[in-house]
Amino acid sequence: MATTSAGIHPAGSPAIASARQEESRIARAFREAVIVALLVAALSFFFIGVRTDIAPGGLDIRMRWEAWFTAIAIGFFGRLLLNLFVFGRDWGVGSRAGAARGRLTEAVPNLGKWMLRTFFVFAALLPFIAMYLFPGRDRQLIDVSILIMTYVMLGWGLNIVVGLAGLLDLGYVAFYAVGAYSFALLSTYYDFIGFWTALPLAGLLAALWGMVLGFPVLRLRGDYLAIVTLAFGEIIRVVLLNWYEFTGGPNGISGIPKPTFFGLEFGRGEGSFSDFFGIPYSPIHRFVYLYYIIFLLALVTYVVTIRLRSLPIGRAWEALREDEIACRSLGINTRNTKLTAFAIGAMFGGFAGSFFATRQGFVSPESFTFMESAIILAIVVLGGLGSQIGIVLASIVMIGGIEALRNLGFLTYIFGPDFDPAQYRMLLFGMAMVVIMVWKPRGFVSTREPTVALKEKKRIGADLVAQGEGH
Amino acid sequence: MEYFLQQLINGLTLGSIYGLIAIGYTMVYGIIGMINFAHGDIFMIGSFISLAVFLILTTVFGFAFLPVVLLIVLIVAMLFTATWGWSVERIAYRPLRGSFRLAPLITAIGMSIVLQNFVQITQGARVKPLPPQVQGGITLIPASEVTGGISVQLSYMQIVIIVTTVVLMAGFTLLITRTSLGRAQRACEQDRKMAALLGVDTDRTISLTFVMGAALAAVAGCMFLLLYGVIDFYIGFLAGVKAFTAAVLGGIGSLPGAMLGGLLIGLIEVFWSAYFTVEYKDVAAFSILAIVLIFLPSGLLGKPEVEKV
Repeated sequence: MATTSAGIHPAGSPAIASARQEESRIARAFREAVIVALLVAALSFFFIGVRTDIAPGGLDIRMRWEAWFTAIAIGFFGRLLLNLFVFGRDWGVGSRAGAARGRLTEAVPNLGKWMLRTFFVFAALLPFIAMYLFPGRDRQLIDVSILIMTYVMLGWGLNIVVGLAGLLDLGYVAFYAVGAYSFALLSTYYDFIGFWTALPLAGLLAALWGMVLGFPVLRLRGDYLAIVTLAFGEIIRVVLLNWYEFTGGPNGISGIPKPTFFGLEFGRGEGSFSDFFGIPYSPIHRFVYLYYIIFLLALVTYVVTIRLRSLPIGRAWEALREDEIACRSLGINTRNTKLTAFAIGAMFGGFAGSFFATRQGFVSPESFTFMESAIILAIVVLGGLGSQIGIVLASIVMIGGIEALRNLGFLTYIFGPDFDPAQYRMLLFGMAMVVIMVWKPRGFVSTREPTVALKEKKRIGADLVAQGEGH
Repeated sequence: MEYFLQQLINGLTLGSIYGLIAIGYTMVYGIIGMINFAHGDIFMIGSFISLAVFLILTTVFGFAFLPVVLLIVLIVAMLFTATWGWSVERIAYRPLRGSFRLAPLITAIGMSIVLQNFVQITQGARVKPLPPQVQGGITLIPASEVTGGISVQLSYMQIVIIVTTVVLMAGFTLLITRTSLGRAQRACEQDRKMAALLGVDTDRTISLTFVMGAALAAVAGCMFLLLYGVIDFYIGFLAGVKAFTAAVLGGIGSLPGAMLGGLLIGLIEVFWSAYFTVEYKDVAAFSILAIVLIFLPSGLLGKPEVEKV
């Protein structure tokens, strides 16, 4: 269907031929639009055209013809416009865009590195930028940045397992949960434990769990590994949900202490942060401080990953990703290699979890559903497997995009007062996952530099590296 | 003993539903080697379509003769759910054919999110209760002093489910073993490139595989609705994971294996709830999955996978 005849002129009279082609292109666009409209009609009839509701004495059904016709119309015109203006066009695939990118990389030799540096400076100054440029909305902005940064860190943690070692993990949220619950439980049972003492403990416990869960799955590969890790993630969540005496079950644990700045709390009065430094109290201080904690944690994750990649263990991971059998025949201990990948990835998940607990002040099993794992994995894959900067881009696009939807209040003027954009955010998130993957199956950043090279470093196209399929 | 028999019947009923969903997983995995993560949600879609058709028939048109109504519900649900299955494949999987393996998995997860939220938005997040439609049953062993006051019941609904499953399985086996479509499917499963070279339209075959899987999932969704009487937009996830467990347990790629795995998972779940704790029944199912994969990676009826270098 995608193979259009536009641009190929048969011999003879090119003008007439091209006119005929143009005509047939429009006719085809209409035909396809009609097919899509029929399909939309069939698909949406029982969901958009009909609505079932609980009514006294059973279920009630009501027809929504208008909504159904609107959906069909959107399907028809959407496909028509796409066909006329996007699909049929001769985009010069791989020529213009590819050349532009080539020129760009030539002009700026280390584009990735420079981007990373810019990001770094921007991220380091972000709270101040927010405070000076958007004084009214700084708190909200910093809050979203904290969220994005958390996902960047989780993405970088999972990247060690999936991107570097090539082990497809669908239960990463388990370690996030272990970290969060470790801190929550430690702080409820032992009063003297604060965030900074709990952080290493949470990381340690998560790493331990990474090994415990990693050990049985050493022999599994690819999709099987994915489904077993998913099962483990669910098991941990179900246990947290039902072990009422210990974890509080569905009620979760509340009253988790906030982090302190070298023993200084963020509040009013004696011995608080603002009191000690003699500045006027402002609630924003705590958010800025939380932002810098997660920034620091993410930075540690980044640096550790970069350093590990050039150590023997990191190279063993990458070798494992490329070919496990070759790896084993070259004398690499695949068991230890896999376990360290699981453990280190899990450790960063645990750190992030413990930060999550202190930020929220409350944890419950609801925060650790499979959906979280899916979002983190989506960020890693959409960013481009193994690419650190790609994960940052994907987090900003996906998480920032979701959060931005919350602020589209003006849409209520168009769609009426009942319209709530927030309820569409997961739908759009799912669509974005599909569309981005179909558009760029290798993720945003799909070229990579090898960690080690024999004579000179060459940029490798994504097709050559990293199947990332865990085989 | 009577309690055990009763649970056995319940387990087989639930297992039939899992088995029907599992076939969709196993066929797709067999033919293109991917976990169709959205398949559980296709089951959910089937369940919602069944509910809507049922309500339209009974409240709008006023049909009252239940067997005919159920037959129409089943057929319409299969048709429309199959359309959903086809569309999901066309939108999210076909463009990525031949791409690296994680890509379709991500689009599958994306599709699953889309389907769940689509249904949540259009039909609401609250559960839809449907009062039991098929009532009554046969008492196999009446309650008495000897049985300790427990009777063994085989409800008509359970009979309907088991009979439908058996009939569908028989038809399906014929389809796979006797028709040209089934032959094309088996050829694609063995070697897709070779099949394409020998003139099999592989894209069409794969599409039809999704269509058949979705139709069977629709039957499972319809049965689930009638058996439990409560559905919501989230039922697909857990049912999907368990059905996948069933497919893996039976040996992925093997159709009798999927059915056998489904029955076993149903039995394990029901017996676990009956004799141990209800809360941890999912943990039991997931643990079985992990144990089977670790000790018996090719499942009960699957072919051992040969590692090629």
